Amino acid sequence: MKTLKEIQAEVIEDFSMYDEWLDKYEYLIDLGRRLEPFPEELKTEDRLIKGCQSRVWLDTVVEDGRLFFRADSDAIITKGIISLLIGVYSGRTAREIAEDDFSFVEQLGLRENLSPTRANGLASMIATIRQTAQNHC
Amino acid sequence: MMQVEKIRQEFPELGERVYGKPLVYLDNAATSQRPLSVIRKWTEISEKYNANLHRAVHHIADLATAEYESTRDAVRDYLNAASRDEIIFTSGATAAINLVAFSFGEAFVRAGDEILVTEAEHHSDIVPWQMLCARKDATLKVLPVDDSGHLRTDLLPGLLTPRTKILCVAHISNVLGLINPVKEIVNICHSNNCVVLVDGAQGIVHQRVDVQNLGCDFYVFSGHKVYAAPGTGVLYGRRELLEQMPPYMGGGEMIGTVRWSGTTYAPLPQKFEAGTQNIAGTPTLRPALEMASQMREGGAEAELEQVKLFILNKLQSDPRIRLYGEPADPAEKIPLFSFSVEHSHHEDLALVLDKMGVAVRSGQMCAEPLMDRFGVTGMVRMSLAPYNTQAEAEYFFESLDRAVKMLVG
Repeated sequence: MKTLKEIQAEVIEDFSMYDEWLDKYEYLIDLGRRLEPFPEELKTEDRLIKGCQSRVWLDTVVEDGRLFFRADSDAIITKGIISLLIGVYSGRTAREIAEDDFSFVEQLGLRENLSPTRANGLASMIATIRQTAQNHC
Repeated sequence: MMQVEKIRQEFPELGERVYGKPLVYLDNAATSQRPLSVIRKWTEISEKYNANLHRAVHHIADLATAEYESTRDAVRDYLNAASRDEIIFTSGATAAINLVAFSFGEAFVRAGDEILVTEAEHHSDIVPWQMLCARKDATLKVLPVDDSGHLRTDLLPGLLTPRTKILCVAHISNVLGLINPVKEIVNICHSNNCVVLVDGAQGIVHQRVDVQNLGCDFYVFSGHKVYAAPGTGVLYGRRELLEQMPPYMGGGEMIGTVRWSGTTYAPLPQKFEAGTQNIAGTPTLRPALEMASQMREGGAEAELEQVKLFILNKLQSDPRIRLYGEPADPAEKIPLFSFSVEHSHHEDLALVLDKMGVAVRSGQMCAEPLMDRFGVTGMVRMSLAPYNTQAEAEYFFESLDRAVKMLVG
């Protein structure tokens, strides 16, 4: 199994293939579209990530100490971003996630290319994933 | 040469590029760009006669005070208020509404009284009234809009009771862009002894406002949406009411005499201008309003009217697009268009448009109740100023098509 860092390096490499931000958005939109359908009954208030401009739901299932994430959003680019995050962290142990520094997000350059309110949304997604992991450590 | 090309030279921000593309600024309802005349006035005061107002005898204080007070005359003239004492400078429309909600509330609102707002108000014209109602144990009532975004003025007589103290209405909603029939509303309210506050944040921008003709009791607007410096604003209030209202804040030059045994207050307008005022900012209202007049009289607003009709037609004829605020006649709509595109989230659209150099607003537009009314979590809004061109409008629609293709496939 690949390490968390190896997976992150792959994502960074994939993302860096696109020079233009419009192309990066296309990539995120594509990721968002390919995200497995999220059951409607899981779109509950307690699964909503606070602090996002669009609605983002995150559901966590724990199996053998590993966290499996599912997510959805009503905005497709946001959905692509959360898809990218859970693609990296889903299936990892709570400890691995809790101890990760999430620096790969910085390397993607996502934060600088989202408006401040949307960057706050990204920070909220990261904080929720990290908090969920800490709760299961 | 089109007027708009001349006018554009006056607004330095419009020459900026974003992500290497020319900036297409279509978020004027949030804040307008500022012309050189405003920027120059701002720096001129800061560089040459920065001094506190009304208090010192020295030369530069005189100059600064003269700038500030002559701006009051210019605003009085612009609004056709009966007296310069009826023009109160504030930090913006929000501050002006809060002032009225507090001071009018203290003087006139008792437990069991009613305040009426419309469903199309933005938060700045809702929350201060909710706060007043909570303070005074009064009731907030709402005049609804219909599906096309028009105020249900037919329901107004039924909503007014002898206990309705004030009705608060936007001259033009910042979401719907429809010019509300303020004069008619004022007449109905006044015949029921109800005072009317008009939120002119959008209303001041595209048309000449005559407060005596409108007949309203209060009219408020922000400077920054009408080309002036941010942190500036105006409250027009009828003298008779302002005289009866207690001050909002204490301190600075709002006093008559201050003794431990008690304090008397300055006459209007100083009574409502506590603390140090926006010394360099407020005087930019004069060149800003001059610019607004120039754009109207010089033909730029008329050119914009053609662009507005083009946009309205494009939006209304596109089956994918739902426009909020459908005018019965194009003349009742300003060039401010909130809409949604089927299968495309407003945030996604704004994000992709931004990367194409197009600045629009997306989200709730500080009007959550109105979003609920139309059953949406947000909208996209494009709002134009007379410095926006037909070419920009065309580029907007090309970009929108491209964005929708990206998002919907």
